[in-house]
Amino acid sequence: MRVTFPHMGTSHIAFKHLINNLGHEAIVPPAPSKRTLSLGVRHAPEFACIPFKILLGSYIEALENGAEMIISSGGVGPCRAGIYGLLHEEILKDLGYDFEMLIFEPPLRGLLDFIKKIGRVIRPTRVSWPTFIKVFKTSWQKLIILDETEILSHQIRPYEVIRGETTRAFKEALTLIDKAETRQELDSAGQAAEMLLRDVTQDRSRKPLRIGLIGEIYVVLEPFINLDIEKTLGEMGVETHRSIYLTDWTRDNTVFDGEKDIKNAAKPYLNQLIGGHGINSVGETVLYASNGFDGVIQLAPFTCIPEIVAKSILNRVSRDLNIPVLTLFLDEQTGTAGAQTRLEAFTDLLLQKRRNKGDLDATGIFGN
Amino acid sequence: MKETIGYPTALSYYSYYPFWNAFFTTLGFSVVISPASSKQIIDWGVKETVNDACIPIKLFHGHVMSLKDRVDYLFVPRMVSVDGKTTFCPKFLGLPDMVRWSIPDLPRLIDERIDLKKGARGLLSTCYKIGNFLKQNPARVFYAYLVAQWVHRQYQDNLNRGIFPNKILPSKETGRGLNSIETEIRIAVLGYPYEIYDSYISVNLLQKLNEMGVAVRTVEMLSNKVLGGYRHRLSKNLFWQYSNRVLWATYHYLEKKIDGIIHVSAFGCGPDAMLDKLMQLEAKKHDIPFMTLTLDEHTGEAGVVTRLEAFVDMVRFRRESS
Ligand code: SF4
Repeated sequence: MRVTFPHMGTSHIAFKHLINNLGHEAIVPPAPSKRTLSLGVRHAPEFACIPFKILLGSYIEALENGAEMIISSGGVGPCRAGIYGLLHEEILKDLGYDFEMLIFEPPLRGLLDFIKKIGRVIRPTRVSWPTFIKVFKTSWQKLIILDETEILSHQIRPYEVIRGETTRAFKEALTLIDKAETRQELDSAGQAAEMLLRDVTQDRSRKPLRIGLIGEIYVVLEPFINLDIEKTLGEMGVETHRSIYLTDWTRDNTVFDGEKDIKNAAKPYLNQLIGGHGINSVGETVLYASNGFDGVIQLAPFTCIPEIVAKSILNRVSRDLNIPVLTLFLDEQTGTAGAQTRLEAFTDLLLQKRRNKGDLDATGIFGN
Repeated sequence: MKETIGYPTALSYYSYYPFWNAFFTTLGFSVVISPASSKQIIDWGVKETVNDACIPIKLFHGHVMSLKDRVDYLFVPRMVSVDGKTTFCPKFLGLPDMVRWSIPDLPRLIDERIDLKKGARGLLSTCYKIGNFLKQNPARVFYAYLVAQWVHRQYQDNLNRGIFPNKILPSKETGRGLNSIETEIRIAVLGYPYEIYDSYISVNLLQKLNEMGVAVRTVEMLSNKVLGGYRHRLSKNLFWQYSNRVLWATYHYLEKKIDGIIHVSAFGCGPDAMLDKLMQLEAKKHDIPFMTLTLDEHTGEAGVVTRLEAFVDMVRFRRESS
């Protein structure tokens, strides 16, 4: 069967591996583009958030490329993302597409349903459960290496001497990881990726600003929507720390020690799960502040409810803990130029703050 | 002097005011409600909230502003779940925090979490917690709870009998004879009670339709039992209390061969973006006229009237030519 799935950051490299090794043909959704977005906008409700529109657009593109099955994830709410799949299916069927939609709810919701759905994927190709588990593990490993490589790239970029060198190295690294098939190949691809990045010429005497990125997972992960913010800031000489990765729960984290920490940090301001990453956004800001970060940028889809709630509380957190927070609500109209100006103004502000504290070496835009 | 509890006449007010009013007054407090929504209230709300918030949330902040300096307590419950399955929209969940961190100099907040996972007993224990906070003795709280339950049941029965909340609740002018006219066309006006029955924000939509000779049907006219019957229609329910009710009412009225559906939606409402499309696709399957009316603080009366007239004419024409 020809199977497609959502495009989110670099994760398609791992998903492609999974689908192909289960004996299907992965129809990798094209990286989101203007066309994807405009397809999505045309058929989605006007006030759906931008991830919904992008996903819808990329499903259409994948269906045009021959996909017969769409695999996506559900969710437990109360954020809208949990019913994306349901509505995507209704809309696509109404448009006349013929396909099967498989929405994976978190296994805790109903293990049986979860297993049945996996069965739906592996039965047609007669893949045994042990093989499935093996393939799944390798794909997961791939996902971890992808995330780690990306994290490293964000740590190196603000020190690069030749602008763009990190990004070039990162792209090369991705190709290596994409090619790796077995566990061993994957291990060496991971090491090679790390070397490629560490080889970037760097000026370690810089003291870059440190900015934490918080917000809704899809827009944080997908550079097409977030104006490639990590690269943009990195090339301005800012080190970014992103709060969310797909493989989060497997990694020891220097800033956050996991969900519980984040919730505790949020507690004085918001003591209630509100869906999406709402409570995380509040808690992470508190943690970034106590870890000495210079500022926080909140990335949120326009009309995203949990992030709106978070934003209205963040005003106060920012004042109390003296950490500037910039919120970017992203939609199909967010122009790169406008956002670029806002980012520059924000980093200027942070630099000014540092200098006021007497830190004259603070590195700013392009290291000056 | 009795201590006063301020009750903003917005959001869950339309569903639960009679209950809480009975509860607090039985306990010996006097309940002060905010005046009906007005330009002033909206302006306050717009000033105090992040501009990305939806209009009902802005309104709520405005109502808080109008109360905060003249009451001892302010009632801003955290509405989490009333059936243990669905929740309220995330903005309801975060409401006490949004209010607390955006509006300065508030009186003490009664912001107990209302989460009835354990059924009605959960409500009783919530009442005990509130009673405890207000330094009331448990026996009295229990009594007040029983009275409130009784009052709430009366209220629900009245709603199910087709009486609009605005005719019963104190804050809003009653309108006249709504729905009493026997006409040939019936239109379901579906949306959240805090938009539909707030005659300021809804630009008096129900009455206007009535004057055009339309018999209006709303979500509140259907009992929980009828609505609950549609619980399994979709492979997965929506997450939000009010949105599910609207969707289930849509299924119901479409089955009952309503002549048209108007979805009243709040500008920038997250759940509505999904709900509206589901309703629209469903109406399309039944070939019933459907219109979305999106309200915000700038919605002009004239524009709404024009759209309503056009819709009603179209519905009537279809009716006559069939
Ligand atoms: S349900 Fe919609 S209108 Fe109501 S509070 Fe939530 S976002 Fe606002």
